Amino acid sequence: MSELTARPGDALVMVGRCVRLSRRNTDALLTSLLLPVILMLLFVYLFGGAIDTGSAYVTYVVPGVLLLCAGFGAATTAVSVTTDLTNGVVERLRTMDVGATAILAGHVVASVVRNSVSTVLVLAVAVAIGFRPALDPPRWLAAAGVLLLFLFAVSWLSAAFGLLARTPEAANGFTFLVMFLPYPSSAFVPVETMPSWIRGFADHQPVTPVIETLRALLLATPAGSAPARAVAWCLGILVVAVALSAVLFRRRVG
Amino acid sequence: METVTTAAVETVALRKSFGGVVVLDGLTMRVARGSVHALLGPNGAGKTTTVRILATLAAPDGGTARVLGHDVVRDRRRVRRTISLAGQHAALDDHQTGAENLEMMARLTGVPRAAARRRAADLLDRFDLAAAGGRRVVTYSGGMRRRLDLAASLVGQPSVIFLDEPTTGLDPRSRRGLWEVVGELAGAGVTVLLTTQYLEEADRLADRISVLHGGRLAAEGTATELKQRFGAHRLELTLRDTDRFAEVARRLGDRVANRDPARLELEVSTDGTGPRVRHLLDEVDPDRRGITRFHVRTATLDDVFLTLTGQSAPADRREAAGV
Repeated sequence: MSELTARPGDALVMVGRCVRLSRRNTDALLTSLLLPVILMLLFVYLFGGAIDTGSAYVTYVVPGVLLLCAGFGAATTAVSVTTDLTNGVVERLRTMDVGATAILAGHVVASVVRNSVSTVLVLAVAVAIGFRPALDPPRWLAAAGVLLLFLFAVSWLSAAFGLLARTPEAANGFTFLVMFLPYPSSAFVPVETMPSWIRGFADHQPVTPVIETLRALLLATPAGSAPARAVAWCLGILVVAVALSAVLFRRRVG
Repeated sequence: METVTTAAVETVALRKSFGGVVVLDGLTMRVARGSVHALLGPNGAGKTTTVRILATLAAPDGGTARVLGHDVVRDRRRVRRTISLAGQHAALDDHQTGAENLEMMARLTGVPRAAARRRAADLLDRFDLAAAGGRRVVTYSGGMRRRLDLAASLVGQPSVIFLDEPTTGLDPRSRRGLWEVVGELAGAGVTVLLTTQYLEEADRLADRISVLHGGRLAAEGTATELKQRFGAHRLELTLRDTDRFAEVARRLGDRVANRDPARLELEVSTDGTGPRVRHLLDEVDPDRRGITRFHVRTATLDDVFLTLTGQSAPADRREAAGV
């Protein structure tokens, strides 16, 4: 374990590197920004008219879109981790005695930074097309906190997946998994409208309580047990992902 | 403390298999401090695996390996502080500039930001990349990438450098440029262990050469020693026609070192002295009608390679054919 906690400065250098590389990877940056925006416009203007959620559809759908944006962006961490593994960068860092934590934390923290920015931009577009959150800044902060926690969890899980994938193309598969998870959830339509067998899944998958929590916080509605379940899910995923990536890193790189 | 006599690299009976395929089969070798040492061998001989074990990236299945006296498994962190590795593909970030790549590496060796910047600038200068330092690596040529990669491996001021096929895929000019750099490193007292499939490279660069074959050490020595030991001269015979070719080949039997039926050429090991060559020519071609030309030449490392491994060096043959 001593190897995993060596030299905290290394992690900062690695974060700086990954943030710089993210900033320069304009293709990925545009995709992770445009995709949620386009989906949001699609749902609001094409499907929204036919979906009855008891309120303006834009109000209903934005929390789900924010989560989709965060999840999709975080999932691309898998691709950058696998790329580093396949092009020899990780091996060089290992021969320089840079620890696994520093290498992975660089990717994870950069992912959180990158996706926080894109989430804010998506939120701005949402406001422009009529999304009106409740005027309650403490709740906004709480929503930001939940979203950050979700970002951390998905980013780290994504890093673990990146350690498992043999090629960057395979790692990209993780983004699809994360991108589709919001569909069988309360992101776009209320869970009550789904067939009972999907409902069973939608009610008990991690995305639903996170969305419900965001919705409750942004719209100042009662949240019930959603926040507790959301935090539990995120912390659980985070713990599993960190442990898993430590094992996978050791097995793959040594 | 290490003593002056500690070898830079020492392996004893090193073994490694991947999924049942034996790659290293008891490799024992030694690299003297401050020398340039080449690991020469055909593809699959175990060169890269050896380097990966020495660079702490793979654990051996058996045997021991030490770098400057430190065991690569038990003391791997100490080993990592003394070595660097430049692998087969340049491990650089395409979307950082050359300077940013080097500065990052320097900071990862624990150097503060300002000093890291200076070290990056020094290295860019030294590797003739000062003008390109502010450009992203994605715009570099193959030769520039290799130079930057080599510069990156020097950032931590290592005592032992592993270069895995440093010039594979480079044009001849870039290759010579890289050779110069390796020469300079050796001049500065750094130990260089390089793998190569290019015989010329081993011949030009290395103080000593270890020939690997089938995961074992097939021979070790200076290029001159190896050439002397495995056939100092070669007698090349060109035959009149296929009948004569077959006849002379039969007379020579297992003395034939190399044959090329298409060009009607045979090669025999010889010491190159007049009486011996004359005797041999008379013996295999008594009526003096079969051999149209003969030529005595000094053995090359390729001959050594061929004798030891039973195959010609793949890279050099490819080169001769095209590049």
